[in-house]
Amino acid sequence: MSEMIPVQIDDITCEVEKGTTILQACKCAGLRVPTLCHHPDLEVAGICRICVVEVEGMSGLQAACAFPIRQPIKVRTNSPRVRRARRVNLDLILSEHYGDCYTCTRNGTCELQDLAREYGVDRYRYPSTTAPKFRIDRSTAIVRDQNKCISCKRCIRTCIDLQQVSALETANRGHDVLIQTAFNKPISEVVCINCGQCINRCPTGALRSNMPNELIWQAIDDPEKHVIIQTAPSPRAAIGEEFGYEPGTSVTKKLNAALRRVGFDSIFDTNFAADLTIMEEGTELLTRLKKALVDGDSSVKVPMFTSCSPGWVKYIEHYYPEYLDHLSTCKSPQQMFGAILKTYYAKKIGVNPDKMVVVALMPCVAKKFECNRPEMTDSGGKDVDFGLTTREMAVLIKESGIHLKDLPDEDFDHPLGLGSGAGLIFGATGGVMEAAIRSVYEIVTGRPVPFKGLDVTPIRGMEGIRDAALTIENPLPEYQWLDGITLKVAVAHGTANAKLLMERLKEGTLDYHFIEVMACPGGCLGGGGQPIPTSPEIRAARARAIYAEDHELVLRKSHENPEINQLYAEFLGEPLGHLSHKLLHTHYTPRGRFFLEGI
Amino acid sequence: MTTGTRAVADELQEILLNHEKDRTQLLPILVDINKYFGHIDSNAIIEVSRYTGVPIGEIHGVITFYSFLGQKKRGRFVIRLCRTISCDIAGKDQIVRVLEKELGIHFGETTDDGVFSLEYTNCIGMCDNPPAMLINDKVYGGLTPERVVDILDSFKLSEYQDMFGYGGVE
Repeated sequence: MSEMIPVQIDDITCEVEKGTTILQACKCAGLRVPTLCHHPDLEVAGICRICVVEVEGMSGLQAACAFPIRQPIKVRTNSPRVRRARRVNLDLILSEHYGDCYTCTRNGTCELQDLAREYGVDRYRYPSTTAPKFRIDRSTAIVRDQNKCISCKRCIRTCIDLQQVSALETANRGHDVLIQTAFNKPISEVVCINCGQCINRCPTGALRSNMPNELIWQAIDDPEKHVIIQTAPSPRAAIGEEFGYEPGTSVTKKLNAALRRVGFDSIFDTNFAADLTIMEEGTELLTRLKKALVDGDSSVKVPMFTSCSPGWVKYIEHYYPEYLDHLSTCKSPQQMFGAILKTYYAKKIGVNPDKMVVVALMPCVAKKFECNRPEMTDSGGKDVDFGLTTREMAVLIKESGIHLKDLPDEDFDHPLGLGSGAGLIFGATGGVMEAAIRSVYEIVTGRPVPFKGLDVTPIRGMEGIRDAALTIENPLPEYQWLDGITLKVAVAHGTANAKLLMERLKEGTLDYHFIEVMACPGGCLGGGGQPIPTSPEIRAARARAIYAEDHELVLRKSHENPEINQLYAEFLGEPLGHLSHKLLHTHYTPRGRFFLEGI
Repeated sequence: MTTGTRAVADELQEILLNHEKDRTQLLPILVDINKYFGHIDSNAIIEVSRYTGVPIGEIHGVITFYSFLGQKKRGRFVIRLCRTISCDIAGKDQIVRVLEKELGIHFGETTDDGVFSLEYTNCIGMCDNPPAMLINDKVYGGLTPERVVDILDSFKLSEYQDMFGYGGVE
């Protein structure tokens, strides 16, 4: 137990642990101190000076977020001096911000807008920025609008500290500070993995995702087009937040009803494709293990990494291109589904795939980049036409005049709308691994995994890297070669944690067989396309919602999904078969960590 | 000159090898490269990134933060005139005019022969003897228009140029 220190904040006296910041102490005391550059996921910066407070005995005002309490202090959070200083700081920030609120995607969720309202800003006290100064930088996934940037550096701290990608940096000094990419190149040309975590942490609209909403409306309004939506597991556990539900409320069935009313022709469950991924990836894992462990084939690389997260895929393409052979060749569920929809399903319902538009509701910004990869065209055209984030879908629903809370519960369409609980938990970090273990263990031994209620608890949770070991005993005859072998698996979320694993792989001290990596902290449920704000508590709530929904399902193992088995029987043949190989697997591009002409 | 050519690449590698392969060495490495080549171009940034493991964006950020580091090629002699208050009231503007007239360039520019660059600097701690300027690492205080002309003349002599061994290759 560390030392407790008495503090007095305004008229409240309390005791806090030594090292607690004034901001945290205020929260404990039930007082709200405004913040702007502070974010619970990020390192303390103390840049914006909105959280200034008076500390008795100190001449200057102190930033509450960056002041650790080491001795008894008296703090005033609401003195005239504090109010005046906060207002001046806010006015100065506003004078540099191109506040074109009507046309801003963050209208209503902008933290600067909130502060302006809170502080009764009714005019600009300093000259305001009336015209944009910077060109808008657009990639397929991310849009940067520096005119709205207030240099709080949350994106920098996200990109450099949290994700360790370093696509964004601070250029220049003092008043001239700009948030830039390396050499001020377009975002599409630098080492950016499109995870969109910066978007989730931007307090204003300086960073946003590339919205395809208009194009989706065009497709929906075109009577010739058959528009299909597939919904990933994470958005359903989070989109409720956009409609006034508490974080951690699953709205799967209401969302289906909403999508039908928006005008989508078919509504399918990406969990189905997640189950398909498990079939393919599980088989790939067993094949790799046999070749590596029994046949001694050194061209087969173990550990195998998952390939569901497009942010992670681009990360390894940039930073560890020499290890691309370790990446599973399986496409992500989104892309597998697109390829199946435009082949098998198009034929089944007699629709020309060219007239089919596949939209994927994803928690993810990188999915936009993924569906535009040139190699993702195995169905003949683009396998998936649009990646749509949870936030963007909320706009689409609101624009349709739909009140999510008032809708009835509705189901997915079939035959591709049945997903297992194993597919559902793909949304949480560790979920792909758990789903794989549930199926692979049972396929190999004929028995369910030896965990209570099928919950593989060692790989659940929010720790950066988690691992588990599972010894195979008495396998079925065809898997005798696995008898007595202890399968070691690991799970990492956030590319900073992935980097730790990759460095160990480089050193040769990584002895796992199978590793799941998700680029975003918390896995997909903490994705860059999820509702804003996001915080450790909100991510934990979303995870609880996903695991709770998994428990309610009867079907909880991918290989028992009857619609998957039907798909193999009617169309694909077998996992890793010829057609699977053509439609469901892909290859990767070594990109390197420098994006410069002539290099 | 770019650091991409083979001979220069070897010199760059030599500078790198004088330092440990660690991100804490970033600034010393950049200072040395800047000193040797007069600037740090994009190729050098990539090499530093390869060596230290620091991403190019961060390196670029560091270079833009420090005004003594630069990506643009500077002259062999970089003249930095102090623009802070003591030097300003002691007649900095007069010195500006002489320097620009003598060298035929404006502040922020480099002479065509690549010998002189003109820049401003903030306080260099010469407030007791203003106005003051730096030529590379050497400090000159108590400047008058006449003195500035003498100083520039002395620098134009080739043997004096050689005394300042480092600096760019023409």
